[in-house]
Amino acid sequence: MIAILDYGSGNLRSAQRAFATSGFDVVLTSDTKTAQEADGLVVPGVGAFAACMRGLDAIDGANIIRTRLSAERPTIGICIGMQILFSLGDENSQGQAHSGVGIWPGVVSKLSAEILPHMGWNTVETPKNTQLFAGVEDSSFYFVHSYAAKDGPGQMQTWSTYGERFVSAVEDGYMSATQFHPEKSGDAGLALIKNWSRSL
Amino acid sequence: MTLAVRIIPCLDVTQGRVVKGVNFTNLIDAGDPVEMAALYGAEGADELTFLDISASSSGRDTTLDVVRRTAEQVFIPLTVGGGIRTVQDVDRLLRAGADKVSINTAAITRPELIAEIADRFGSQVLVLSIDARRARTVSGFEVTTHGGRESANLDALEWVQRACALGIGEILLNSMDADGTRAGYDTGMIAAVRAVSKVPLIASGGAGGLEDFAAALDAGADALLAASVFHFGIHRISDVKSFLGAQSYPVRNSTSL
Repeated sequence: MIAILDYGSGNLRSAQRAFATSGFDVVLTSDTKTAQEADGLVVPGVGAFAACMRGLDAIDGANIIRTRLSAERPTIGICIGMQILFSLGDENSQGQAHSGVGIWPGVVSKLSAEILPHMGWNTVETPKNTQLFAGVEDSSFYFVHSYAAKDGPGQMQTWSTYGERFVSAVEDGYMSATQFHPEKSGDAGLALIKNWSRSL
Repeated sequence: MTLAVRIIPCLDVTQGRVVKGVNFTNLIDAGDPVEMAALYGAEGADELTFLDISASSSGRDTTLDVVRRTAEQVFIPLTVGGGIRTVQDVDRLLRAGADKVSINTAAITRPELIAEIADRFGSQVLVLSIDARRARTVSGFEVTTHGGRESANLDALEWVQRACALGIGEILLNSMDADGTRAGYDTGMIAAVRAVSKVPLIASGGAGGLEDFAAALDAGADALLAASVFHFGIHRISDVKSFLGAQSYPVRNSTSL
Protein backbone atom coordinates (compact mmCIF):
# COMPACT_ATOMS: atom_id res chain seq x y z
CA MET A 1 0.00 0.00 0.00
CA ILE A 2 1.17 3.53 -0.84
CA ALA A 3 0.23 6.37 1.52
CA ILE A 4 0.07 9.99 0.40
CA LEU A 5 0.66 12.30 3.33
CA ASP A 6 -2.31 14.65 3.64
CA TYR A 7 -1.32 17.67 5.72
CA GLY A 8 -3.06 20.65 4.13
CA SER A 9 -5.27 21.74 1.29
CA GLY A 10 -4.33 21.31 -2.32
CA ASN A 11 -4.67 18.90 -5.21
CA LEU A 12 -3.87 15.41 -3.93
CA ARG A 13 -6.49 13.68 -6.06
CA SER A 14 -4.36 13.44 -9.18
CA ALA A 15 -1.39 12.23 -7.13
CA GLN A 16 -3.59 9.51 -5.69
CA ARG A 17 -4.77 8.41 -9.13
CA ALA A 18 -1.32 8.63 -10.69
CA PHE A 19 0.31 6.48 -7.99
CA ALA A 20 -2.59 4.02 -8.26
CA THR A 21 -1.51 3.29 -11.86
CA SER A 22 1.44 1.43 -10.30
CA GLY A 23 -1.03 -1.24 -9.18
CA PHE A 24 -0.69 -0.48 -5.47
CA ASP A 25 -3.62 0.59 -3.30
CA VAL A 26 -3.22 4.30 -2.53
CA VAL A 27 -4.64 6.10 0.51
CA LEU A 28 -4.56 9.75 1.56
CA THR A 29 -3.69 9.87 5.23
CA SER A 30 -2.52 12.11 8.04
CA ASP A 31 -2.40 9.20 10.48
CA THR A 32 1.09 8.55 11.90
CA LYS A 33 0.85 4.77 12.05
CA THR A 34 -0.59 4.42 8.54
CA ALA A 35 2.05 6.74 7.10
CA GLN A 36 4.89 5.01 8.97
CA GLU A 37 3.92 1.50 8.01
CA ALA A 38 2.84 1.92 4.38
CA ASP A 39 5.06 0.16 1.82
CA GLY A 40 5.68 3.54 0.24
CA LEU A 41 5.06 7.11 1.42
CA VAL A 42 4.56 10.13 -0.84
CA VAL A 43 5.22 13.57 0.67
CA PRO A 44 3.51 16.07 -1.63
CA GLY A 45 4.16 19.80 -1.46
CA VAL A 46 1.63 22.20 0.01
CA GLY A 47 2.08 25.95 -0.39
CA ALA A 48 5.29 27.75 0.51
CA PHE A 49 8.26 26.24 2.40
CA ALA A 50 7.33 27.56 5.86
CA ALA A 51 3.63 26.74 5.43
CA CYS A 52 4.59 23.26 4.30
CA MET A 53 6.77 22.74 7.41
CA ARG A 54 3.96 24.03 9.65
CA GLY A 55 1.57 21.52 8.10
CA LEU A 56 4.13 18.75 8.43
CA ASP A 57 4.88 19.63 12.06
CA ALA A 58 1.17 19.51 12.90
CA ILE A 59 1.13 15.79 12.10
CA ASP A 60 4.69 15.07 13.31
CA GLY A 61 5.69 14.52 9.68
CA ALA A 62 9.45 14.88 10.13
CA ASN A 63 9.38 12.06 12.66
CA ILE A 64 7.33 9.91 10.28
CA ILE A 65 9.92 10.42 7.53
CA ARG A 66 12.91 9.68 9.79
CA THR A 67 11.25 6.62 11.29
CA ARG A 68 10.58 5.24 7.83
CA LEU A 69 14.18 5.83 6.79
CA SER A 70 15.55 3.92 9.75
CA ALA A 71 13.04 1.14 9.07
CA GLU A 72 14.24 1.06 5.42
CA ARG A 73 10.83 1.94 3.98
CA PRO A 74 10.83 3.98 0.75
CA THR A 75 9.63 7.60 0.82
CA ILE A 76 9.42 10.10 -2.04
CA GLY A 77 9.04 13.89 -1.73
CA ILE A 78 7.48 15.92 -4.53
CA CYS A 79 8.07 19.62 -5.29
CA ILE A 80 7.96 21.48 -1.93
CA GLY A 81 7.83 17.98 -0.46
CA MET A 82 11.37 17.59 -1.84
CA GLN A 83 12.53 21.04 -0.75
CA ILE A 84 11.64 20.52 2.91
CA LEU A 85 13.92 17.45 3.02
CA PHE A 86 16.89 19.84 2.93
CA SER A 87 18.26 21.66 6.00
CA LEU A 88 17.12 25.17 5.17
CA GLY A 89 14.76 27.11 2.93
CA ASP A 90 14.93 30.86 2.41
CA GLU A 91 11.48 31.35 0.80
CA ASN A 92 9.91 34.50 2.36
CA SER A 93 12.42 34.19 5.19
CA GLN A 94 13.56 37.83 5.51
CA GLY A 95 17.16 36.76 6.02
CA GLN A 96 16.51 34.06 8.62
CA ALA A 97 16.16 30.81 6.66
CA HIS A 98 13.44 28.37 7.72
CA SER A 99 14.50 24.97 9.03
CA GLY A 100 13.58 21.93 6.97
CA VAL A 101 13.47 18.27 7.94
CA GLY A 102 17.22 18.11 7.25
CA ILE A 103 17.59 14.68 5.66
CA TRP A 104 20.03 16.34 3.27
CA PRO A 105 22.34 19.32 3.96
CA GLY A 106 21.88 22.47 1.91
CA VAL A 107 19.76 25.54 1.36
CA VAL A 108 16.77 25.80 -0.96
CA SER A 109 16.95 29.27 -2.47
CA LYS A 110 15.36 31.38 -5.21
CA LEU A 111 16.20 30.49 -8.79
CA SER A 112 18.19 33.11 -10.64
CA ALA A 113 15.92 33.53 -13.67
CA GLU A 114 14.24 36.42 -15.45
CA ILE A 115 10.74 34.89 -15.43
CA LEU A 116 9.44 33.07 -12.33
CA PRO A 117 7.89 30.68 -11.43
CA HIS A 118 9.75 28.10 -13.53
CA MET A 119 6.54 26.73 -14.99
CA GLY A 120 6.26 24.02 -17.60
CA TRP A 121 8.04 21.03 -19.12
CA ASN A 122 11.81 20.75 -18.81
CA THR A 123 14.40 18.08 -19.45
CA VAL A 124 16.67 16.30 -16.95
CA GLU A 125 20.31 15.20 -16.74
CA THR A 126 20.20 11.90 -14.90
CA PRO A 127 23.06 10.06 -13.22
CA LYS A 128 24.31 6.76 -14.61
CA ASN A 129 22.56 3.83 -12.93
CA THR A 130 19.41 5.85 -12.26
CA GLN A 131 16.51 3.62 -11.31
CA LEU A 132 13.91 6.38 -11.00
CA PHE A 133 14.35 7.56 -14.59
CA ALA A 134 14.97 4.15 -16.22
CA GLY A 135 13.50 4.36 -19.73
CA VAL A 136 12.50 8.05 -19.45
CA GLU A 137 15.94 9.68 -19.19
CA ASP A 138 15.26 11.73 -22.33
CA SER A 139 11.72 12.82 -21.40
CA SER A 140 10.47 16.15 -20.11
CA PHE A 141 8.75 16.62 -16.76
CA TYR A 142 6.37 19.28 -15.42
CA PHE A 143 7.81 21.86 -13.01
CA VAL A 144 6.14 24.66 -11.03
CA HIS A 145 8.47 26.36 -8.56
CA SER A 146 10.57 29.45 -7.91
CA TYR A 147 12.99 27.94 -5.35
CA ALA A 148 15.38 25.00 -5.66
CA ALA A 149 18.46 23.32 -4.20
CA LYS A 150 21.54 24.42 -6.14
CA ASP A 151 24.02 21.99 -4.54
CA GLY A 152 23.50 18.25 -4.70
CA PRO A 153 23.31 16.46 -1.36
CA GLY A 154 26.19 14.24 -2.45
CA GLN A 155 24.07 11.27 -3.44
CA MET A 156 22.65 10.25 -6.80
CA GLN A 157 21.14 13.43 -8.15
CA THR A 158 19.49 14.61 -11.34
CA TRP A 159 19.94 18.15 -12.63
CA SER A 160 17.83 20.54 -14.69
CA THR A 161 18.51 24.06 -15.87
CA TYR A 162 16.33 27.15 -15.74
CA GLY A 163 18.32 30.34 -15.41
CA GLU A 164 20.80 28.21 -13.51
CA ARG A 165 21.46 24.55 -12.80
CA PHE A 166 19.49 23.05 -9.92
CA VAL A 167 18.76 19.65 -8.38
CA SER A 168 15.62 18.26 -10.02
CA ALA A 169 15.65 14.81 -8.38
CA VAL A 170 17.50 12.81 -5.74
CA GLU A 171 17.83 9.04 -5.36
CA ASP A 172 19.36 8.35 -1.96
CA GLY A 173 18.62 4.81 -0.93
CA TYR A 174 15.16 4.68 0.63
CA MET A 175 14.72 8.45 0.25
CA SER A 176 13.82 9.83 -3.18
CA ALA A 177 12.56 13.20 -4.31
CA THR A 178 11.58 15.12 -7.43
CA GLN A 179 11.34 18.89 -7.81
CA PHE A 180 8.93 18.36 -10.72
CA HIS A 181 5.47 16.80 -10.50
CA PRO A 182 5.55 13.20 -11.80
CA GLU A 183 1.78 13.00 -11.27
CA LYS A 184 1.41 15.85 -13.80
CA SER A 185 4.09 14.73 -16.23
CA GLY A 186 1.99 12.53 -18.49
CA ASP A 187 3.30 9.11 -19.52
CA ALA A 188 6.88 9.93 -18.51
CA GLY A 189 5.72 10.80 -15.00
CA LEU A 190 3.67 7.60 -14.72
CA ALA A 191 6.73 5.60 -15.84
CA LEU A 192 8.81 7.26 -13.11
CA ILE A 193 6.14 6.46 -10.52
CA LYS A 194 6.15 2.84 -11.68
CA ASN A 195 9.95 2.75 -11.39
CA TRP A 196 9.74 4.05 -7.83
CA SER A 197 7.00 1.57 -6.92
CA ARG A 198 9.33 -1.27 -7.95
CA SER A 199 11.50 -0.39 -4.96
CA LEU A 200 8.62 -1.04 -2.54
CA MET B 1 17.89 21.98 -23.11
CA THR B 2 15.58 24.66 -21.95
CA LEU B 3 12.01 25.07 -20.81
CA ALA B 4 9.60 23.97 -23.53
CA VAL B 5 6.95 26.21 -25.04
CA ARG B 6 3.53 25.14 -23.78
CA ILE B 7 0.65 24.48 -26.17
CA ILE B 8 -2.68 24.76 -24.32
CA PRO B 9 -6.09 23.89 -25.77
CA CYS B 10 -8.98 25.70 -24.07
CA LEU B 11 -12.41 24.11 -23.65
CA ASP B 12 -15.47 26.22 -22.91
CA VAL B 13 -17.66 24.12 -20.63
CA THR B 14 -21.23 24.55 -19.44
CA GLN B 15 -23.63 22.04 -17.88
CA GLY B 16 -20.94 19.39 -18.25
CA ARG B 17 -20.58 19.79 -22.02
CA VAL B 18 -18.11 21.55 -24.29
CA VAL B 19 -19.98 24.40 -25.90
CA LYS B 20 -18.10 25.43 -28.99
CA GLY B 21 -18.89 23.31 -32.01
CA VAL B 22 -16.41 20.55 -32.41
CA ASN B 23 -15.76 18.25 -35.32
CA PHE B 24 -12.37 16.68 -35.41
CA THR B 25 -13.27 13.07 -35.26
CA ASN B 26 -16.35 10.92 -35.33
CA LEU B 27 -14.76 8.36 -33.06
CA ILE B 28 -15.61 10.09 -29.84
CA ASP B 29 -18.44 12.06 -28.32
CA ALA B 30 -16.68 15.33 -29.04
CA GLY B 31 -18.92 17.30 -26.73
CA ASP B 32 -17.72 15.54 -23.59
CA PRO B 33 -15.02 17.60 -21.87
CA VAL B 34 -13.44 14.62 -20.12
CA GLU B 35 -13.05 12.68 -23.37
CA MET B 36 -11.74 15.75 -25.17
CA ALA B 37 -9.27 16.43 -22.37
CA ALA B 38 -8.02 12.84 -22.63
CA LEU B 39 -7.73 13.13 -26.41
CA TYR B 40 -5.83 16.40 -26.26
CA GLY B 41 -3.60 14.93 -23.58
CA ALA B 42 -2.81 11.98 -25.83
CA GLU B 43 -2.10 14.35 -28.73
CA GLY B 44 0.59 16.12 -26.72
CA ALA B 45 -1.15 19.09 -25.09
CA ASP B 46 1.19 20.48 -22.44
CA GLU B 47 -1.66 21.74 -20.25
CA LEU B 48 -5.43 21.97 -20.43
CA THR B 49 -7.71 24.86 -19.63
CA PHE B 50 -11.42 24.60 -18.85
CA LEU B 51 -13.38 27.81 -18.94
CA ASP B 52 -16.64 27.35 -17.04
CA ILE B 53 -19.22 29.56 -18.72
CA SER B 54 -22.14 28.25 -16.66
CA ALA B 55 -24.50 30.92 -15.47
CA SER B 56 -25.90 28.91 -12.54
CA SER B 57 -24.55 27.29 -9.41
CA SER B 58 -25.84 23.91 -10.56
CA GLY B 59 -23.74 24.38 -13.69
CA ARG B 60 -20.72 25.07 -11.49
CA ASP B 61 -21.32 21.90 -9.49
CA THR B 62 -21.39 19.98 -12.76
CA THR B 63 -18.05 21.53 -13.67
CA LEU B 64 -16.59 20.35 -10.37
CA ASP B 65 -17.59 16.84 -11.37
CA VAL B 66 -16.00 17.30 -14.82
CA VAL B 67 -12.78 18.49 -13.15
CA ARG B 68 -12.87 15.50 -10.81
CA ARG B 69 -13.31 12.99 -13.62
CA THR B 70 -10.67 14.68 -15.79
CA ALA B 71 -8.09 14.70 -13.00
CA GLU B 72 -8.64 10.99 -12.54
CA GLN B 73 -7.49 10.09 -16.03
CA VAL B 74 -5.51 12.95 -17.55
CA PHE B 75 -2.11 13.40 -15.94
CA ILE B 76 -1.13 16.83 -17.22
CA PRO B 77 -1.81 20.20 -15.55
CA LEU B 78 -5.39 21.45 -15.58
CA THR B 79 -6.37 25.11 -15.16
CA VAL B 80 -9.99 26.00 -14.47
CA GLY B 81 -11.48 29.46 -14.84
CA GLY B 82 -14.89 31.10 -14.84
CA GLY B 83 -17.03 32.37 -11.99
CA ILE B 84 -14.36 32.14 -9.28
CA ARG B 85 -15.08 34.81 -6.66
CA THR B 86 -13.76 33.55 -3.34
CA VAL B 87 -10.94 31.62 -1.69
CA GLN B 88 -13.53 28.89 -1.02
CA ASP B 89 -14.25 28.60 -4.77
CA VAL B 90 -10.52 28.04 -5.32
CA ASP B 91 -10.31 25.48 -2.53
CA ARG B 92 -13.21 23.49 -4.02
CA LEU B 93 -11.62 23.42 -7.47
CA LEU B 94 -8.17 22.42 -6.18
CA ARG B 95 -9.67 19.67 -4.07
CA ALA B 96 -11.62 18.44 -7.10
CA GLY B 97 -8.34 18.09 -8.99
CA ALA B 98 -7.55 21.43 -10.65
CA ASP B 99 -3.89 22.44 -10.49
CA LYS B 100 -4.42 26.12 -11.20
CA VAL B 101 -7.34 28.53 -11.32
CA SER B 102 -7.77 31.58 -13.50
CA ILE B 103 -9.61 34.64 -12.24
CA ASN B 104 -10.79 37.60 -14.24
CA THR B 105 -13.79 39.78 -13.35
CA ALA B 106 -13.68 39.04 -9.62
CA ALA B 107 -10.10 40.35 -9.45
CA ILE B 108 -11.09 43.55 -11.24
CA THR B 109 -14.00 44.05 -8.85
CA ARG B 110 -11.94 43.23 -5.78
CA PRO B 111 -8.15 43.09 -6.40
CA GLU B 112 -7.43 41.91 -2.83
CA LEU B 113 -8.78 38.51 -3.93
CA ILE B 114 -5.44 37.99 -5.69
CA ALA B 115 -3.47 38.35 -2.47
CA GLU B 116 -5.97 36.24 -0.54
CA ILE B 117 -5.64 33.33 -2.97
CA ALA B 118 -1.85 33.67 -3.26
CA ASP B 119 -1.41 33.75 0.53
CA ARG B 120 -3.49 30.64 1.02
CA PHE B 121 -2.40 28.45 -1.90
CA GLY B 122 0.71 30.12 -3.32
CA SER B 123 1.05 32.30 -6.41
CA GLN B 124 1.72 29.28 -8.61
CA VAL B 125 -1.97 28.27 -8.56
CA LEU B 126 -3.18 31.67 -9.70
CA VAL B 127 -3.54 32.71 -13.33
CA LEU B 128 -4.78 36.23 -13.99
CA SER B 129 -6.96 36.16 -17.10
CA ILE B 130 -7.15 39.52 -18.87
CA ASP B 131 -9.55 40.29 -21.72
CA ALA B 132 -7.88 43.32 -23.29
CA ARG B 133 -8.30 45.37 -26.44
CA ARG B 134 -6.67 48.33 -28.12
CA ALA B 135 -8.08 51.64 -26.88
CA ARG B 136 -7.13 55.21 -26.11
CA THR B 137 -5.74 54.59 -22.66
CA VAL B 138 -2.30 55.51 -21.32
CA SER B 139 -0.68 52.40 -22.77
CA GLY B 140 -3.04 51.96 -25.72
CA PHE B 141 -4.58 48.80 -24.21
CA GLU B 142 -7.60 48.56 -21.91
CA VAL B 143 -9.19 45.82 -19.86
CA THR B 144 -12.72 44.72 -20.75
CA THR B 145 -15.40 42.66 -19.04
CA HIS B 146 -18.44 40.71 -20.24
CA GLY B 147 -16.57 39.04 -23.08
CA GLY B 148 -15.17 42.29 -24.42
CA ARG B 149 -18.49 44.10 -24.56
CA GLU B 150 -17.80 46.50 -21.71
CA SER B 151 -14.82 48.60 -20.75
CA ALA B 152 -13.49 48.07 -17.22
CA ASN B 153 -12.04 51.62 -17.32
CA LEU B 154 -8.68 50.11 -16.50
CA ASP B 155 -5.42 50.45 -18.40
CA ALA B 156 -4.19 46.95 -19.24
CA LEU B 157 -0.52 47.49 -18.43
CA GLU B 158 -1.30 49.24 -15.15
CA TRP B 159 -3.54 46.31 -14.23
CA VAL B 160 -0.82 43.77 -15.08
CA GLN B 161 1.71 45.54 -12.87
CA ARG B 162 -0.72 45.90 -9.99
CA ALA B 163 -1.77 42.23 -10.20
CA CYS B 164 1.86 41.08 -10.31
CA ALA B 165 2.55 43.06 -7.13
CA LEU B 166 -0.48 41.40 -5.48
CA GLY B 167 0.90 37.93 -6.22
CA ILE B 168 -0.31 36.33 -9.46
CA GLY B 169 1.76 33.42 -10.78
CA GLU B 170 0.92 33.71 -14.44
CA ILE B 171 -0.92 35.88 -16.99
CA LEU B 172 -3.42 34.67 -19.57
CA LEU B 173 -3.63 37.54 -22.05
CA ASN B 174 -6.65 37.32 -24.32
CA SER B 175 -6.96 39.82 -27.16
CA MET B 176 -10.62 40.75 -27.61
CA ASP B 177 -9.72 42.34 -30.96
CA ALA B 178 -8.13 39.16 -32.30
CA ASP B 179 -10.38 36.63 -30.54
CA GLY B 180 -12.12 34.38 -33.01
CA THR B 181 -10.62 36.07 -36.08
CA ARG B 182 -7.86 33.50 -36.73
CA ALA B 183 -5.87 36.50 -38.04
CA GLY B 184 -3.00 36.05 -35.60
CA TYR B 185 -2.28 36.86 -31.96
CA ASP B 186 -1.95 40.57 -31.07
CA THR B 187 1.84 40.53 -30.91
CA GLY B 188 2.08 44.21 -30.04
CA MET B 189 -0.02 43.65 -26.95
CA ILE B 190 1.96 40.53 -25.99
CA ALA B 191 5.23 42.48 -26.23
CA ALA B 192 3.81 45.35 -24.20
CA VAL B 193 2.64 43.04 -21.37
CA ARG B 194 5.90 41.06 -21.47
CA ALA B 195 7.85 44.28 -20.99
CA VAL B 196 6.12 45.11 -17.68
CA SER B 197 5.82 41.62 -16.12
CA LYS B 198 8.12 38.87 -14.87
CA VAL B 199 5.69 35.96 -14.60
CA PRO B 200 4.93 33.43 -17.36
CA LEU B 201 2.72 34.83 -20.11
CA ILE B 202 0.12 32.80 -22.03
CA ALA B 203 -1.00 34.34 -25.33
CA SER B 204 -4.63 33.85 -26.32
CA GLY B 205 -6.94 35.01 -29.10
CA GLY B 206 -6.37 35.01 -32.82
CA ALA B 207 -4.43 31.81 -33.53
CA GLY B 208 -4.93 30.90 -37.18
CA GLY B 209 -1.94 29.84 -39.24
CA LEU B 210 1.00 27.93 -37.79
CA GLU B 211 3.23 30.98 -38.20
CA ASP B 212 0.94 32.85 -35.75
CA PHE B 213 2.16 30.61 -32.92
CA ALA B 214 5.80 31.43 -33.72
CA ALA B 215 5.03 35.15 -33.91
CA ALA B 216 3.51 35.12 -30.41
CA LEU B 217 6.62 33.42 -29.04
CA ASP B 218 8.85 35.98 -30.75
CA ALA B 219 6.78 38.73 -29.11
CA GLY B 220 7.51 37.25 -25.68
CA ALA B 221 4.83 34.65 -24.90
CA ASP B 222 5.87 31.58 -22.88
CA ALA B 223 2.78 29.56 -23.71
CA LEU B 224 0.14 29.54 -26.44
CA LEU B 225 -3.54 28.96 -25.86
CA ALA B 226 -6.01 28.26 -28.65
CA ALA B 227 -9.52 26.90 -28.93
CA SER B 228 -11.20 26.91 -32.32
CA VAL B 229 -8.19 25.90 -34.46
CA PHE B 230 -7.92 22.75 -32.38
CA HIS B 231 -11.64 22.07 -31.92
CA PHE B 232 -12.35 22.47 -35.63
CA GLY B 233 -9.40 20.30 -36.56
CA ILE B 234 -7.61 23.06 -38.49
CA HIS B 235 -4.41 22.09 -36.71
CA ARG B 236 -3.55 19.19 -34.51
CA ILE B 237 -1.43 19.95 -31.48
CA SER B 238 1.29 17.77 -32.96
CA ASP B 239 1.25 19.93 -36.14
CA VAL B 240 1.91 23.06 -34.10
CA LYS B 241 4.71 21.34 -32.20
CA SER B 242 6.33 19.95 -35.35
CA PHE B 243 6.21 23.37 -36.98
CA LEU B 244 7.73 25.11 -33.96
CA GLY B 245 10.27 22.34 -33.38
CA ALA B 246 11.47 22.56 -36.99
CA GLN B 247 12.19 26.24 -36.39
CA SER B 248 14.19 25.43 -33.24
CA TYR B 249 11.64 26.59 -30.69
CA PRO B 250 11.87 24.24 -27.69
CA VAL B 251 8.88 21.90 -27.68
CA ARG B 252 8.12 18.82 -25.61
CA ASN B 253 8.21 15.65 -27.62
CA SER B 254 5.58 13.53 -25.93
CA THR B 255 5.72 10.71 -28.47
CA SER B 256 9.14 9.48 -27.36
CA LEU B 257 7.71 6.77 -25.10
